[in-house]
Amino acid sequence: MSRMTLTTSALAILAASAAAARDQVQVAGSSTVLPYATIVAELFGENFDFPTPVIESGGSSAGLKKFCEGVGENTVDIANASRRIKEAEIAACEAAGVSDIVEVRFGYDGIVFASDIVGESFAFTPADWYKALAAEILQDGKLVPNTATKWSDVNPDLPAQDIMAFVPGTKHGTREVFDLAVIEQGCKDSGAAAELERLGKDAGKLCTSLRTDGRAVEIDGDYTETLARIGSNTDGIGVFGLSFYENNTAKLRVATMNGVIPSAETIASGDYPVSRPLYFYVKQAHFDMVPGLKNYAEFFVSDDIAGPGGPLADYGLVPDPALAETQAKLADEAPMN
Amino acid sequence: MSDQAARPTSLLERSSYTARRHAAETRFRACGLGAILIGLAALTMLLASVLGPGLGAFRQTHIHLPIHLDAAALDKSGTRDPEVLKKVTTLGYGKVIDKALAEAVAQAGIAIEGLSDAEISGIISREAPAQLRRKVLANPGLIGETIPLSILADGRIDGYLKGRVTAATAALDSNVSPAQLQLADAMGERGLISLDLNAAFLTAPDASDQRPEAAGLGVAILGSAYMMLIVLALALPIGVAASIYLEEFAPKNRLTDLIEVNIANLAAVPSIVFGILGLAIFINVAGLPQSAPVVGGLVLTLMTLPTIIIATRASLKAVPPSIREAALGLGASRMQAVFHHVLPLAAPGILTGAILGLAQALGETAPLLLIGMVAFVREYPGAPPEGLFDPASALPVQIYNWTQRADPAFVERASGAIIVLLAFLLVMNAAAILLRRRFERRW
Repeated sequence: MSRMTLTTSALAILAASAAAARDQVQVAGSSTVLPYATIVAELFGENFDFPTPVIESGGSSAGLKKFCEGVGENTVDIANASRRIKEAEIAACEAAGVSDIVEVRFGYDGIVFASDIVGESFAFTPADWYKALAAEILQDGKLVPNTATKWSDVNPDLPAQDIMAFVPGTKHGTREVFDLAVIEQGCKDSGAAAELERLGKDAGKLCTSLRTDGRAVEIDGDYTETLARIGSNTDGIGVFGLSFYENNTAKLRVATMNGVIPSAETIASGDYPVSRPLYFYVKQAHFDMVPGLKNYAEFFVSDDIAGPGGPLADYGLVPDPALAETQAKLADEAPMN
Repeated sequence: MSDQAARPTSLLERSSYTARRHAAETRFRACGLGAILIGLAALTMLLASVLGPGLGAFRQTHIHLPIHLDAAALDKSGTRDPEVLKKVTTLGYGKVIDKALAEAVAQAGIAIEGLSDAEISGIISREAPAQLRRKVLANPGLIGETIPLSILADGRIDGYLKGRVTAATAALDSNVSPAQLQLADAMGERGLISLDLNAAFLTAPDASDQRPEAAGLGVAILGSAYMMLIVLALALPIGVAASIYLEEFAPKNRLTDLIEVNIANLAAVPSIVFGILGLAIFINVAGLPQSAPVVGGLVLTLMTLPTIIIATRASLKAVPPSIREAALGLGASRMQAVFHHVLPLAAPGILTGAILGLAQALGETAPLLLIGMVAFVREYPGAPPEGLFDPASALPVQIYNWTQRADPAFVERASGAIIVLLAFLLVMNAAAILLRRRFERRW
């Protein structure tokens, strides 16, 4: 064979295999959803005749951005998200031709506050967190920089331990829930929000701006980084997902919020205040294009997997009481309106 | 002037000037020695932090059980038809294993207070049912028989045998109880559970958060090997051709100077930039698949090219001009002079540069992030060339992924993977040094 034909045939082989249909599901998105997705993918690959899906992580926003790049075999089929898709993201999807998106909510994730196992135990309220971490607080009707140094400064019932909080960075979906359900809630509960309104200040912004003097440390990495920080600074209190805490109960002591211990039961019942729904989004146009996509999505939300007592609940997922609705929606491939 | 005055007349007497010079030299030597000691200390710390937790990954706890493959549970139809057998999921196989373990524990006469049935089954890895199901589907004739099988133990039990988990931590841990550790002790005494060599660590694919004990590097090693293959096949010929042309044939003018500066510049560009380029060109424009080693290989080729070109040009330059001139004087053409004389003499240097470039590419994660290779991949890619288009992971990516996992057992896996990566790098760098020592000629 001459060199020329060798090159052409090599190129032909490459082109042919590139054009061959993709046979595995591709997923991208939230690192909070990643462990659940890998557990499902592993079981799916074991028990079905389809290959195990490939799952990327990198955050909800990065995943949804990738998801919205367009329709076709070299784009992902599913985006995992630890928050709901935003209007702007839906518009971006639309612009790239991803018009019909099926939204699947498969459960809830609790957010817990935990300190090193050797330290004191804490019983927080959202107001404690607001008073400890707000950049500026009200004092005699005036805004002054927050100077609290010990937890006992903000609430005499708390131990006299230095304030050192490891909160998720802004790229995490967890931060949104933390801001909303803890800091803003605390701002309201402590009466600061109403007072700020009365003084004609921008309560929304002032409530959620955290202090920058090193007492509130933003963690842009994963929970493993927060855990390592607490390991080296035992005064630290970190924000974790419930499932992460449940895998590391030998190292962490969990704090109560409003007197409620976080667990799957208290989160499902709504007694524990800090939780968020978990989602994944599927391109409707890919159902016919990628073999196994529908099977994977349906397997994910089946009662055996995402229901109570299933492997996801074992890992720390709070099962969605309305799972049957999700299953019906997915069976009809009903897109979001 | 004062120096002159201070200089003694006798050679036998040490002057203050000489003493100062000697002191300066001693100080300089101490500084050098200190620098090396700091370097060594850093290396020792790195190795200790990796080897300490990582060596455990090369050993794994197995439970040895006779398992009765009950036909009533695994093949209700009695046809032994693989398609029908597939209907029984890993859940069904899990029950078979749980039963076998409960029987084995009862038979061995192990009775531990406060140990529930769920806790007994809890010492088995969640991977075990899949292990058994694969075995049965591959050989349906086994159904109805009792076979001896070594199955993986749960990660926490594995940690107990390796000393990572203790009774004190188990009391606090929601995933393991002290009673389970006592069961493991009792089973160990009777030879039902043992710590063995873990070859699967190098061959098995990745596993989910619930099965750290089953996670291996198989897919990552294959993916890295495929990428290195592509880098070697593309970067070496292109790089060497470019350097020979630039060094031996191209006229020296502003244009070639500009190219030279650009190549040197490219070598210093952060690797993530090549990832962005790869996403834009190879995936979005050329339509190549996501997560595929072919795209990773192309991106790493771009990254390695400048390194190879610089190394090749340096070793071509090191060949004395007299050799070229002698060849030309005897009537050889320029091409003959280069290919018969210059290139063979420069080859050791070129190969060394190529190996160092490959070693650098092997350890890269950042450019792979954007092309979808930083992912959970469990399926082995096929054989090349088609397999180059299948999704795969890579060694440094696997390390990065494992460090993010919640289960503490993944710390051991990640450190183990670092050891494997270091071993590969060590072999490559040793090969580079060996080549240079053995074949390099100096003039």
